[in-house]
Amino acid sequence: MSPMTDVLVTEGLNKSFGKLEVTRNVSIALPQGARHALIGPNGAGKTTLINLITGQIRPDSGRIALDGEEVTGLAPYARVKRGLTRTFQINTLFPDLAPIEAVTLAVCERDGKAGQFWRRLPAHADAIDEAFAILTQLGLADVAMRTTRHLPYGQQRLLEIALALATRPRVLLLDEPAAGVPKDESAALFAVISALPQDISVLFIEHDMDIVFKFASRIIVLVSGAVLLEADPETVRNDPRVREVYLGQGHHG
Amino acid sequence: MSATDPTTGTTDPKIWMRRQGRWSAFEILAWLAALTPFFLFPTYLPLANQIAIAALFAISVDLILGYAGIVTLGHAMFFGLGAYFAGIISVYGWGEPITGLLMAGAFAGLIGFIASFLITRVQHLALIMVTLGLGFLTLELANAMSWLTGGTDGLRGMNRWPVFGQFRFDLWGYTSYTYSLIVLFICFLLSRRLVNSSFGLALRGVRENVKRMPAIGSDHKWHLRKIYTISAAIAGLAGALMAQTTNVVTLDALSFQRSADVVVMLILGGTGRLYGAILGAFIFLMARDQLAGVNPQYWYFGIGILLMLVVLFMPKGILGFLSGLVSRRGK
Repeated sequence: MSPMTDVLVTEGLNKSFGKLEVTRNVSIALPQGARHALIGPNGAGKTTLINLITGQIRPDSGRIALDGEEVTGLAPYARVKRGLTRTFQINTLFPDLAPIEAVTLAVCERDGKAGQFWRRLPAHADAIDEAFAILTQLGLADVAMRTTRHLPYGQQRLLEIALALATRPRVLLLDEPAAGVPKDESAALFAVISALPQDISVLFIEHDMDIVFKFASRIIVLVSGAVLLEADPETVRNDPRVREVYLGQGHHG
Repeated sequence: MSATDPTTGTTDPKIWMRRQGRWSAFEILAWLAALTPFFLFPTYLPLANQIAIAALFAISVDLILGYAGIVTLGHAMFFGLGAYFAGIISVYGWGEPITGLLMAGAFAGLIGFIASFLITRVQHLALIMVTLGLGFLTLELANAMSWLTGGTDGLRGMNRWPVFGQFRFDLWGYTSYTYSLIVLFICFLLSRRLVNSSFGLALRGVRENVKRMPAIGSDHKWHLRKIYTISAAIAGLAGALMAQTTNVVTLDALSFQRSADVVVMLILGGTGRLYGAILGAFIFLMARDQLAGVNPQYWYFGIGILLMLVVLFMPKGILGFLSGLVSRRGK
């Protein structure tokens, strides 16, 4: 087995809100091309961990490294510029923009062209073409010129991912990409995610165990803010502790 | 009809975007209408001049309020800074209008740039209070520095030279309105280009969802500082126009009333569409002119009713309401 390069590494992340420890000594590593799932019961601190990694909140201690360089002190936008991008569990889109406008904006921001106020938008033909290609890739070409707020919910979830892809991520953190999507559609959505290029490392939060076991190459189990187990799907499936704290709930309930 | 691909029903996004920024017949008509006071209503030229200045000021507020979502109740600060700058340099011997105008705009922009670091630190109610506070500070500063500003008596001894050394500011307001209208038009063209640029798109992104901006790699606070600076500069130009064309600068230029009035104009006309600023300034000052003729004391009563009617029944402003009617009829 050849040594894998870890693109994203966290070391001993801790975060407390008052007396509540929401993240406890979390050290994880995401290798190149990973398709890792982050699972855990409600309140385990999954979204908090993503917020810590992407910089929305600062850890009390610990460090985060991207491609071997520490990014712990960087602002969220600066981490995105280095290729560390997330999506949101609750749609965080631009309701009155058309998808083509939103994705073009993300491309322009990536290329440092978003501040140019002297050139008309259509002059950025490359950015628009690239944005349209991303939307086409996600099956959103037909609705690219509609207003985002009028799109069906499932397409809005795809647009969440399209916006993230436009930043050309090295690491993509997907916070419940299929949240609120019917089960048959969520499989299609994950098919899109697993078809992403191998140079993007993906960590996704998902509650549906069938999907997790189908699409994840490795699973990180988070309980009460701490990593309980990190292993391949088969090991996780058979681990008695996991069955007890997480799967158990569903099976008994 | 358009560049629609008949097989898929989709349009080339570049053509679609180009269509968004195209000039419409209404726009050309509106600018032609702005010329009518010269020929049809020459007695209204001074009022037309005031409207042009107020429209420019309202455009400056629309850029931050309508496009970037920065609500301000203190923008008269920059209007007044521009007015005093242009006035004071003419008192001290430089009465050349064009360079005075540009310097006044640059000065207001510089102060705006400094203030923008404070502005981008706060949001919502705190933001409004900060803009209000900065407005009060500037007003009292101008009041206290009466050796320079003339204090409550107003600035005295302004000496403006003819525009291009040719056109004297006449009593009837031909030169004033021509001058103000040209400056308004140029600033409008620049603003129009700005809102149709990738930067304008980024501002709309900030307004639509500021939380998403960092997640697409945007240093959105830098965008906000930039537009605040540009807006302050344009407000300064408007103030300088007032100083130069009316030959009067008083503390009124910096007053809270002026800050509030410009927001009212914008709400009346409709935010986030530039022409709303122009229409709002027109309606506000025309209403003031007509209502003051009926009863000079209580004319704000009429403005109050108008404001409530618009907010209740035309949430996108009068222009938003009209364009809604037009697009409905077009279908």
